[in-house]
Amino acid sequence: MTVSVQVDHATKNFTLRYHRNLKDMTVAMLKGREVSNRFTAVDDVSFTIEQGESVGLMGLNGSGKSTLLKMINGTMRPDSGSVLTRGRIAGLIATGAGFHPQLTGKENIYLNAAVLGLSEKETDAIFDDVVEFADIGRFLNTPVGTYSSGMYSRLGFSVAVHIDSDIFLADEVLAVGDKPFKRKCLAKMQEIRDSGRTVVYVSHAAASVQRMCDRVIVLENGRVGFDGDVDEGIHYLKYDEDDEPQPADGKRSRLAEADDELGADI
Amino acid sequence: MPETDPEENPNKLAAVITPASEAQRAVRVVDAPLAPPSANQGVLEVFRRRYLLRILVRREIQARYQSSFLGFLWSYINPLSQFFIYWFVMGYILMLHASVENFAIHIFSAIIITHFFTESFGAGTRSIVSNKALVQKMAMPREMFPVAAMLVSLWHVVPQMVILLIVAPFYGWVPSFTGAFAVVLAILLMMLFGTALALLFSVANVYFRDFGSAVSIMLHFVRFGVPMIYPFSMIVVQFPGLVDYYLLNPIANAVLLFQDAFWIPTLSACAPGELPVPEGADIHAKAGCTMLDIAQPDHLIERGLIMLAAGVLFLAFAQWVFTKLEAKIPERL
Repeated sequence: MTVSVQVDHATKNFTLRYHRNLKDMTVAMLKGREVSNRFTAVDDVSFTIEQGESVGLMGLNGSGKSTLLKMINGTMRPDSGSVLTRGRIAGLIATGAGFHPQLTGKENIYLNAAVLGLSEKETDAIFDDVVEFADIGRFLNTPVGTYSSGMYSRLGFSVAVHIDSDIFLADEVLAVGDKPFKRKCLAKMQEIRDSGRTVVYVSHAAASVQRMCDRVIVLENGRVGFDGDVDEGIHYLKYDEDDEPQPADGKRSRLAEADDELGADI
Repeated sequence: MPETDPEENPNKLAAVITPASEAQRAVRVVDAPLAPPSANQGVLEVFRRRYLLRILVRREIQARYQSSFLGFLWSYINPLSQFFIYWFVMGYILMLHASVENFAIHIFSAIIITHFFTESFGAGTRSIVSNKALVQKMAMPREMFPVAAMLVSLWHVVPQMVILLIVAPFYGWVPSFTGAFAVVLAILLMMLFGTALALLFSVANVYFRDFGSAVSIMLHFVRFGVPMIYPFSMIVVQFPGLVDYYLLNPIANAVLLFQDAFWIPTLSACAPGELPVPEGADIHAKAGCTMLDIAQPDHLIERGLIMLAAGVLFLAFAQWVFTKLEAKIPERL
């Protein structure tokens, strides 16, 4: 087994600035209020993911999942510690792809693929599949700034899954799609997982994490709260509990009920 | 949310996935080293990824004139309008046509190279902020954006050069190898300094948008700090002690190189209507040919080459600063 993602004591701080101009800052300082504050989004996180592993990254909102993913994808760098990855990384961060709003869907496909290191020829080769999967029809040649959020994320997801990456990051990918599209996505993600690509799947939907992943990492206030077995991880987060206990005829349906409750059907 | 179709029941959706424990998995061998995902070699990386750069340049060219009726024509209208203002105000109102031979060529050759610099610097400074959507989500060398802005400006130099090459022969201009060398040197100089300044200010602009506004003020100084709307000889005459400092400005050097290539060859042996040399000034003109000899500094090409080396160093410095500040770009945008 080879290491695919290695996060070693990674820490990322954000500086919260309450005032952005000189006047506000002077006033705040004179009144003795704080001008800025530090916030640790990811706090001394360490873990290793092997190539081919499918890891569910879970945690409540604001627990640092997206920041961690941004460090794995390379848009952010840890302030201390290190993040190392092997091979090409594709995927979605915070529900959307990095599209340029002024460019058309088609141009964005090429741009997005080029950023991920594909050549023009390689992009030509996957282009038809991307368009077919995204199913955005005649909107392909209009600027993505005019897309609905569903179309936007469909196109983003489609580009990400069709690029032959070694690591696939999926951050709340299914939050905006409609059901038929979600079903297609799940099938595609499974295909990615089964092809031996490393998958990091961020989701609040316990049922899909349970089936998709071999392992769960739970973040709590930027720290690793749990790292290990999927069921235990979900239990750790208390996502398998229901506020109103129903006659449970097995763990599966209880999880699914919990998903319903959370409004996160996938 | 009422469920109409039992098939669409959310409980069943997740069931399309084969559980991880039961799935047949292929083994994927990744032939790549374990490396930081954000690592790059700065500006050098940009030129290694030429295809991406080409896409970004094309995009910038499109975006700059998006939803404008005249579109690409604006890149001619802008410098041409500048040219006519200077040509009229400086030439007729301040009467420089009388004292500077072929003043139109003097102005226009200077405008081309100055405009290239100001565009690279100005658009480069704004480049990261205006590409926010990409910068925040995609891992790519961020030097791409200022470099792309510089290349877009370079692209706009081409049509202006064509105009100049058509007009200049009417003033008696003939091409020469030294002239061509001077032009290439001037453009290289502005590419280096334009990119370096764009790198510095694009990242500074992310931290504080004030830098963007400061740059537009600086660009005013640039336009007046080069021998464009006045001949270099006026600096020599009015501020003889400051000439050496004036020549430390790489943009002034580039302008002088451009004029060396396009304007000087059009001049008759002795320009009529020379400027009076002030009493006591440490400047001596040749007998019968007063201003032309001092209209251009000596060793212009050598100066240009030294500036070029300085430009490389400055770019290295800008890259160093950029790398230091870059890590916080996504969160400050």
